[in-house]
Amino acid sequence: MTLVWLILIPFIGGLLCWQAERFGEQPPRWIALGTMLLELALVLGVWWHGDYGLNAVQGASDWVLEWRADWIPRFGIEVHLALDGLSLIMIALTGLLGVLAVVCSWHEISRRIGFFHLNLLWILGGVVGVFLAIDLFLFFFFWEMMLVPMYFLIALWGHSGSTGNTRIQAATKFFIYTQASGLLMLVAILGLVFAHHAATGEYSFSYEALRHTAQNELSPQMAWWLMLGFFIAFAVKMPVVPLHGWLPDAHAQAPTAGSVDLAGILLKTAAYGMLRFALPLFPEASQAFAPIAMGLGILGIFYGAILACGQQDLKRLVAYSSISHMGFVLIGIYSGTELALQGVVVLMVAHAFSASGLFIISGQLYERLHTRDMRLMGGLWGRIKGLPGIALCFVAASMGIPGTANFVGEFLVLFGTFGTWPWVVVVASGGFVLAAIYSLFIMQRVYFGPAKEDTPLGGLDVRETVMMLGLLVLVLWVGLYPGPLLDTSEAAMQNVERIMTLEETPAMPEETP
Amino acid sequence: MTSLLALSPLILVCATAIVVMLTIAWRRCYDLTATLTVIGLNLALAAQLVAWWQAPHDVTSLMTVDGLSIFGGVLILVATLACATLGHAYLEGARGPREEYYLLLLCAAAGGIALVSSRHLAALFFGLELLSMPLYGMLAYTYRERGALEAGIKYMVLSAGASAFLLFGMALLYARTGHLDFAGLGGALASAGGDGWLLAGMGMMLIGLGFKLSIVPFHLWTPDVYEGSPAPAATFLASASKVAVLIVLLRLLQSAPAAQDAWFHSLLAVLAFVTMLVGNLLALMQQDLKRLLGYSSIAHFGYLLVALVINDGLAVETAGLYLVTYVVTTLGAFGVVTLLSSPYGGADASRLHHYRGLFWRRPYLTAVLTVMMLSLAGIPFTAGFIGKFYIVAVGVEASRWWLVGAVVAGSAIGLYYYLRVMVTLFLPEPGMQRRDATTDWAQRAGGVVVLALAALVVLLGVYPAPMIEWVRLMATT
Repeated sequence: MTLVWLILIPFIGGLLCWQAERFGEQPPRWIALGTMLLELALVLGVWWHGDYGLNAVQGASDWVLEWRADWIPRFGIEVHLALDGLSLIMIALTGLLGVLAVVCSWHEISRRIGFFHLNLLWILGGVVGVFLAIDLFLFFFFWEMMLVPMYFLIALWGHSGSTGNTRIQAATKFFIYTQASGLLMLVAILGLVFAHHAATGEYSFSYEALRHTAQNELSPQMAWWLMLGFFIAFAVKMPVVPLHGWLPDAHAQAPTAGSVDLAGILLKTAAYGMLRFALPLFPEASQAFAPIAMGLGILGIFYGAILACGQQDLKRLVAYSSISHMGFVLIGIYSGTELALQGVVVLMVAHAFSASGLFIISGQLYERLHTRDMRLMGGLWGRIKGLPGIALCFVAASMGIPGTANFVGEFLVLFGTFGTWPWVVVVASGGFVLAAIYSLFIMQRVYFGPAKEDTPLGGLDVRETVMMLGLLVLVLWVGLYPGPLLDTSEAAMQNVERIMTLEETPAMPEETP
Repeated sequence: MTSLLALSPLILVCATAIVVMLTIAWRRCYDLTATLTVIGLNLALAAQLVAWWQAPHDVTSLMTVDGLSIFGGVLILVATLACATLGHAYLEGARGPREEYYLLLLCAAAGGIALVSSRHLAALFFGLELLSMPLYGMLAYTYRERGALEAGIKYMVLSAGASAFLLFGMALLYARTGHLDFAGLGGALASAGGDGWLLAGMGMMLIGLGFKLSIVPFHLWTPDVYEGSPAPAATFLASASKVAVLIVLLRLLQSAPAAQDAWFHSLLAVLAFVTMLVGNLLALMQQDLKRLLGYSSIAHFGYLLVALVINDGLAVETAGLYLVTYVVTTLGAFGVVTLLSSPYGGADASRLHHYRGLFWRRPYLTAVLTVMMLSLAGIPFTAGFIGKFYIVAVGVEASRWWLVGAVVAGSAIGLYYYLRVMVTLFLPEPGMQRRDATTDWAQRAGGVVVLALAALVVLLGVYPAPMIEWVRLMATT
């Protein structure tokens, strides 16, 4: 039942926030904060009590927690929730960033507070659902559902852009991109289900059953097409370069909390989807697809980084840098070695921290300067107390300086990939140079250089200081001591690696004694 | 006796129509008329249960009572009930005679029930005309409005043309085969093979029925009629009338499997493809909610045609299920428009700018419309998602990738305009022209219906198992 509560808590909290608005401005905020803290505490409790060091030897599915109930018996659809190390890390991240999203919009949002928090919490509830759902129908259900509140968040509380882009256009673009690609995934899921039906005469959306079908019954050509359906849906969300059009607009227009959720969690659902579904369901097709995915990853790294160098809008810059970072994630996922996959997990967590940190900083600058245009900034180092120093740390993290979590992630990804794809690693490493350039651009244009005015701006208050320092501690902690994180995700990542390699070399003898 | 029991819903609706007519002749009392109508419709709905015990049962050679006809009958009666309830609030402020609306509504409902039970071309034509004739009157009911009069006349003229096509088609089929009942016709078609005259006859019948379903390229009347007619009449046209025609088309295609010869089959597939895309594309730029819903209904019948084209495996179940979700959603969406336009006083509140910022004045009514828009767009947590899931499933099952592609593309395009409506509801814009529901809308019958529909849409979206079981039961009997 814990798993059900993990999903239900944000939904119920959201409804309470909505209704609490009639009692004034503060109750919705406190309820939202309380809800997310409860969620976070619950996840940490699960983490503390569960044993994630299990080594998956026999079956592929050793979930730490599992919950199932019939839902639509006609098609064998179940409410099937399950949790392993990977989903646990992701949910913990969701809880943490949920708290941050509530806290960072404490002063930013002043209109229709109850409805805002309803949407915010429902996004988080939907994301937790995505991370827990193992039944493919249920997964798709949450996958599509979480878009609606995100749409409202951007469309109603977003900023109108500087270049004639309105927030509604950005929100609509986001919605149509993700929804249309989601429908492709639905087609792929159904293709798999009917293949299963043809083989066994039963309808089922269950992960295990479909995986069995996908690996034994499908013709390679069919598997290729279905894999592509999944891949496109995840690639849009991630985003992989030719399908990234929605991301910069959505980020630039979204309120800070929306950007934090978008960069911190929504993008991670795509990587999670690849690790959980695209690879294990279609290992052979994925192997065959790996060169293309690597190419797309490298393209993303350079495209994102180069475009980031040319941005004037601070949030657009961070958005493009996200595309660049996600290129590393894509490379890591398709390299399929355990080391690289572990790196992917760390990199996802690290990117969630550093990108949300940078987005929150741009939100705080916006609250003080009422602009996100870097041409209008400059010389802020002397004008704001505290913020520039913290910003420097997050910029360094985003650059991947040793000691930060991003370094560990990127290092593991490249190290793990080198054995099988040396040239990819060599080329991808060039992305670090560009990362250094755009990161230094941020510091140079925003904080150094001649000041536009001399009047000091308000420094960080207690809420902001605690929030930023907390995040910074996490970045450094994962950077210096990633052990607990790696231990938690180890079993899950070994599974993925085993699935990927078992198909490739079936004749390899068992090494386990 | 069994036959009478099996036909009891139809008989009850007709009897109610007569009672209502006599009551109006005796004394004009608006509330009494409305109450009688609602009681009669509820009795007929209960009588569907009695009919279910007799099913399947053939009543003369003209009609049959089976799962499909009862399924259609229930949907039609529910839609009619909603239209009667919504119409009550709507017509309260109207000048001139108001009671006859219920008379027309009951006659149209009777026509619909007759249509879904028909198993003979004569019964089909009779039912179709009984359904359409009162609709002319209903669409032009607020005839002082220029739009309504135009809508009524336009529908009448074009509908007459469509009926002519239908009759001509029937005549051709009869001339070649000598059969008018569906079963005999199906057998004769199977043995006749690809005869040119038969194909022409089937094509003409398809034109006649396609007009009523507003399938592209016979859709041109739809947006104008939806826009101009009074909201409760448009609701009936969009829900009950289309359900009845679609079910009879389904029955025709099922009883004449040979009609699925390659030429006819690909014609249907092309029509479905075009309907989905054209309906969605034309809806993109509409500024009028009723017009937009008109185009959206064109698109939805395109999706439904996919199930009819495939006509195998899950197809009947899919068509039934999609109809349920479509009817509930359409009733809800039109219901909100009706409530905002009630009581009648001039043209309906259907321009999109009437809806700007509705959320901040009427949060629950807006929530209802939002749910309906999400359901039309097929987003999870709403009934529309289950419908869309079925359509994609049936397409994938039959490996009709072009049609599946069109469904996906159509849905993506469709999102744009549904989202536009949705976000309009939430945008604050002071100084715009306001149209508002009465303050006590939620306590009135119409408001209760709309809220119940919204709850139903969400319930069916989250827990669709009972609905699926019911539709399967009906589809397999």
